[in-house]
Amino acid sequence: MSRRRKVAIWLLVLGALHGVVLCAGFFAPYDPVEQDRKSPYLPPMRLHFVDMRGQFHLRPFVYVLQLRPASFDQYVEDTTRPRPLKFFTFGDRYRLLGFLPSRLHFFGAGDERIYLLGTDAFGRDQLSRLLFGGQVSLLAGLLGAGFTLLIGWCIGAAAGYYGGWRDDLLMRVAELFLALPWLYLLFAIRAFLPLTVNPLQAFFLIVAVIAAVGWARPARLVRGIVLSAKERDFVRAARGFGASHLYLLRRHILPETSSVLLTQAAILIPQYVLAEMTLSFLGLGVPEPVPSWGNLLSNLQQYSVLVSYWWMYLPALIMVPFFLGYLGLASALQERAEAYKIQRRSFGSLA
Amino acid sequence: MRNCPYMFGRYRILFRLFLCFFALISRPAFTKAQQNNAKEEFLVLPGEVGRSGGRLVVSLRGEPKTLNPLIAADARSREVIGVMQADLIHINRATQLTEPALAKSWKVSPDGLTYTLVLRNGLKFSDGETMDAEDVLFSFRVYLDENTHAPQRDLLIVGGKPISVRKIDAQTVVFQMPKPYGVGERLFDGLAILPRHLLEKPFQEGKLGQIGSLSAVANQWAGLGPFRLKEYIAGQRLVLERNPYYWKSDSKGTRLPYLGELIFLFVPNADAQVLKFQSGETDMISQLGAENFSVLSRQQNGYTVTDAGPGLEYNFLFFNLNDVGVKASADLQRKQKWFRDAKFRQAVSAAVDREAIVRLVYQDRGAAIWGLVTPGNKRWGDPNLPHPQRSLDRSRTLLKEAGFSWTTGPNGESTLQDSDGKPVEFSILTSSTNADRAKMAALLQDDLKQLGMRVQVVPLEFRSLLDRVTQTKEYDTCIMGVASYDADPNSDINVWLSSGGTHLWNPSQPHPATRWEAEIDHLIEEQMSARTFEQRKKLYDRAQEILAENQPMIFLASPDILAGAKNSVGNFHPAVLEPYVLWNVEQLYLKSGPENATR
Repeated sequence: MSRRRKVAIWLLVLGALHGVVLCAGFFAPYDPVEQDRKSPYLPPMRLHFVDMRGQFHLRPFVYVLQLRPASFDQYVEDTTRPRPLKFFTFGDRYRLLGFLPSRLHFFGAGDERIYLLGTDAFGRDQLSRLLFGGQVSLLAGLLGAGFTLLIGWCIGAAAGYYGGWRDDLLMRVAELFLALPWLYLLFAIRAFLPLTVNPLQAFFLIVAVIAAVGWARPARLVRGIVLSAKERDFVRAARGFGASHLYLLRRHILPETSSVLLTQAAILIPQYVLAEMTLSFLGLGVPEPVPSWGNLLSNLQQYSVLVSYWWMYLPALIMVPFFLGYLGLASALQERAEAYKIQRRSFGSLA
Repeated sequence: MRNCPYMFGRYRILFRLFLCFFALISRPAFTKAQQNNAKEEFLVLPGEVGRSGGRLVVSLRGEPKTLNPLIAADARSREVIGVMQADLIHINRATQLTEPALAKSWKVSPDGLTYTLVLRNGLKFSDGETMDAEDVLFSFRVYLDENTHAPQRDLLIVGGKPISVRKIDAQTVVFQMPKPYGVGERLFDGLAILPRHLLEKPFQEGKLGQIGSLSAVANQWAGLGPFRLKEYIAGQRLVLERNPYYWKSDSKGTRLPYLGELIFLFVPNADAQVLKFQSGETDMISQLGAENFSVLSRQQNGYTVTDAGPGLEYNFLFFNLNDVGVKASADLQRKQKWFRDAKFRQAVSAAVDREAIVRLVYQDRGAAIWGLVTPGNKRWGDPNLPHPQRSLDRSRTLLKEAGFSWTTGPNGESTLQDSDGKPVEFSILTSSTNADRAKMAALLQDDLKQLGMRVQVVPLEFRSLLDRVTQTKEYDTCIMGVASYDADPNSDINVWLSSGGTHLWNPSQPHPATRWEAEIDHLIEEQMSARTFEQRKKLYDRAQEILAENQPMIFLASPDILAGAKNSVGNFHPAVLEPYVLWNVEQLYLKSGPENATR
């Protein structure tokens, strides 16, 4: 089936992207918080294959960037000092997937430093920060979306299935949550918390707030589906045979919501990644020096950075393939769901 | 103020008055000011001769609240008032020395108690009214009066002994000090002489506080400065015009100021100011950050940016050494045990990479400092103050001596722990609107990580930061900056004295908490009444050394004063003292002539 293949392709793309971020320690050449105070705002080093004499090298290399005399952030390539890339080298310690201690890196340059995406104001490697920052942002998006859907699913199903005053109550609460100004809510929550929030606490705070605020929309979707599903003939029949509420929900009604939930997930995850970025951009996210895409972008709040160092925009660009992946997946899922529905309907009429 | 939100602007005038306890033996009857038809005695300024006319546009960080120097508390108001008012004796911002202003000469008695000031002939306010000794008496009476509700008032009550002011004749005024006062004639700088003919009635009615609002008609306000009010458009701009009665001239005898109009555009943030300057909407820019300075210097078209050298702003880290009592959390009490140990503070200081701060925060446009007297201060720095290089070994030795030790974690990272085995962790507060200090904090965080200290940086909105530091005292450490308004030690008096409100690590103490604080108090008070510069300097040097030994504040760096102007602006010589570019506003001129300057 080409539809199934579409979904598979998008899943593969997303899996690869997430894999790289998940194994950030391996793909990133350096520790993301390590400062190289001699090279602030170093531009990305260009990868070369051909040297000054026109000779081709299979192993890519970069030229050392040297500070132009009497300047702070102007560098020139020193063509007398090529620095070849080494693959699978040992470098800074990290923990793969959070628990496997390792020192193996995908690439490096031995004892010297190499910055393929440049450095920030403190000489920290932008590539490493991007990859590690992705862990925070993506995980916040995934967890946030997961919690949101779980809450939305439970509440939506309960409201739709039981109906009556419970439905009214739950849906009014949902509307209340839709109406909340969540950014200001977060400001308020942050003000009540103790002064120093460690990165982990800050992270879970963000996830909790995003999830708690976003459940209303999926809840309403799920409720709609449950409302129509519980009136289907086979559900009525099952009820007539004495099936319990739990059985009905589990066996007949909730499976109907799966395609909506999947599509919602594919839409919500990038939205929530963006929400995390917004919060971190405003300084409400994980604190420095821990990177996240949002606080990497917050450097751009300064006019001088905005006009001087283009590589500081990279955290904004890196979201593009991820978002494209998720949105592609969402539309592929949608298509599949539509086809499934049509198929079922035609089966139904045949029977 | 971009770099120095912690300016204590309001206290600036207060400090002065706090030091000199004025009172006025007022004359019971005010006779009408004598009409003085004597020839005008110009103050002739040396320097490049310019051409008259044209308008100059500068940006102001926001709307000034008032034009009334008696109630002006914010930096913006003071900047505007600075070009509309004049003082008796003025500090030249370039030489940092005093110069005659409204007083053409002054004499100090041998015992240092009596100052006799002789006023210029033919002085007139910007509305054409004559100014004489009665206005001086009136001004000081107002400054001292309790019912004026001037910000100066509170501190005037503190002083038991007032200075008396009396008039000898229409041109001569005598100030009598209760005891010798080391600051000397510098105290007259910034004390505007007020127009008695306009303010006497509101003063008697107790309505002085309501005078001088921006929306008032121009003729309700007058000053002795180079400019007077012409037009105010709320939210947009303030237009000042040339004061035709100004009392300075250039070497050719042309009456200053050269400029026909001076316009302040209200531009609320630093980046927007840079954009306006770049696009040519404003003619001058000051208080530039290093990053914006390098952006501007990279694409100089039609303008020049200048580095005036290190200023008087000092940035520092300080520890919470307040006596917080039993109500404080156990956590803070435990941390204060470390903070109170001078060796701990010295260890932190030795671990700070000041060179990196100057380089990464100020892009080499600044200076590392080890005390609060910056290299920008020409006379008061202590040459014997040690400038130790960064040394982690020294830090470790000091920490070991103070009973700290290290443990190694599972990832091979070492953690510093105190004698009770508790890990050393604390937070640094910074102002969330100040990118420079946030960067310093990030650098310190990394520096201290190398000692095994776990430091968190907490950016806070400035007002709540100030509240924590001065009111609730719930914080560990904090990075701040103060800009002295004058090179004289007098301007930092409230930082030095343990009773001072800006003695940040433990402000407003009834009695000095430590021996060394008491010693500093003593030295500072002694230098205030010392007679000669050499005596004062010796005492002040000693105070600087004690501060450096004890490190309640760990001094980090001082930024250069960076400014820029269009090439068409003549006599542009930024100074390291406030107002950085407008200090010689009367001499600024437009080279291209007024016809080209209109927009």
